[in-house]
Amino acid sequence: MKLLLKIWRQKDGSSKGKLVDYPIDGIEGDMSFLEMLDVLNQELIEKGDEPVVFDHDCREGICGSCSLMINGEPHGPDRLITTCQLHMRRFNDGDTIVIEPFRATAFPIIRDLMVDRTAFDRIQQAGGYISVNTSGNTVDANAIPIEKAKADESFEAASCIGCGACVAACKNASAMLFTSAKVSQFALLPQGKVEATDRVQNMVRQMDLEGFGNCTNTGACEVECPKGISLENIARMNREYLMATAKG
Amino acid sequence: MSGLAKTSVARKVVMALSGLFLVLFLILHVTINLTSVISPDTFNTMSHFMGYNPVVQFLMQPILIAGVIVHFVMGIVLEIQNRKARAVRYVKFAGGASAPWVSRNMIITGLVVLAFLGLHFYDFWLHEMNYKFVQANPEDPTRYYAETVEKFAPIWRTVIYVISFVLLSLHLWHGFASSFQSMGINNKYSSGIRSFTRLYAIVVPLIFIFIALYHHLNPITH
Repeated sequence: MKLLLKIWRQKDGSSKGKLVDYPIDGIEGDMSFLEMLDVLNQELIEKGDEPVVFDHDCREGICGSCSLMINGEPHGPDRLITTCQLHMRRFNDGDTIVIEPFRATAFPIIRDLMVDRTAFDRIQQAGGYISVNTSGNTVDANAIPIEKAKADESFEAASCIGCGACVAACKNASAMLFTSAKVSQFALLPQGKVEATDRVQNMVRQMDLEGFGNCTNTGACEVECPKGISLENIARMNREYLMATAKG
Repeated sequence: MSGLAKTSVARKVVMALSGLFLVLFLILHVTINLTSVISPDTFNTMSHFMGYNPVVQFLMQPILIAGVIVHFVMGIVLEIQNRKARAVRYVKFAGGASAPWVSRNMIITGLVVLAFLGLHFYDFWLHEMNYKFVQANPEDPTRYYAETVEKFAPIWRTVIYVISFVLLSLHLWHGFASSFQSMGINNKYSSGIRSFTRLYAIVVPLIFIFIALYHHLNPITH
């Protein structure tokens, strides 16, 4: 398969970036998108050029490291997968593929296609946890009876891998799907209710401080999320927030 | 205004509540307007009541104007923040692959409706203020029907009204159901809310369009 890659190259956060054309040949349909980039980087290294910098780790769709805006969609054109799970058979011989980083003011570019997504970590640190005394008397979580439907909903929210596709897909670069998933996974469980008021207020405050945009309910985040996190989580976070505000 | 609603969630709730208030107001507006087609006398009576009842004039009307101002100022505040949140745009962005045009372009449909409101206020509200308070004319409960029909005589105004109602329809198509999501309502009733939103977004603007065209095509002959 012969392709023309148009890849965003940017030396660092303060430099000006641009799309650079890279014709590539010999790509097989069974290769993953990241393997295709590995092939390109090998060629660049052999030519003495700088390889393209991109994030990756597990390469099996669970770590949330890989990103990439592929032809204008986060993680490419397929649904419910990450970039590392995208295969080149999805493209045709002769295609042009535009590859950009996830763009948001809160995700500054580190280099080329790699962005700094630690804003998500700071949102998580603002309240995405439960305080448990681990001094030896910790109660087994499974000892608390939890309604199956609630446990499942909580699990689904917790399956968010924090990749940032929601932010990348949102026309407003809003992080509400991520934040709401992290709020929801606790809001649905009895262990999470104790700190619910502070949690939602602190996490929303941090989300705003990071400079993410506002949710306008387009639903793009839900469609592009590789884990299928639902918009219901955003509604739940809004509810939690309103209740927390009412409590003061 | 962003001081009133300090967080993104609160700002969206303000947007939703003011929008829902305007959605409710539209039902009242379209009902009164429809009487101009069915019964000019009823239209005159209702219009006179709306124009001279002190509760409507000095309580309801300022609340309505405040609702409009809050909705559009907050909309613009949100739009500015959203643009800042992605200061460097994508070279290629396939927004249409994951979200419909109407949901991604509320600012466009909203600004067109806002521009239309400028004309609408000039046509009717300013006219009323001038008639009642500047010229200090005596009350005339029979004038409203003729004044309204006369407004739709020029084709340009009728066309502007019709186009604006189409844009209003698109704005409602996303905005009405979206406001429930913003207020945290996403449950088993949501598909019903979405269906009602679509019905509302089509029927109400269509009635407004029908009224405008009806008066344009049926002028008062002197």
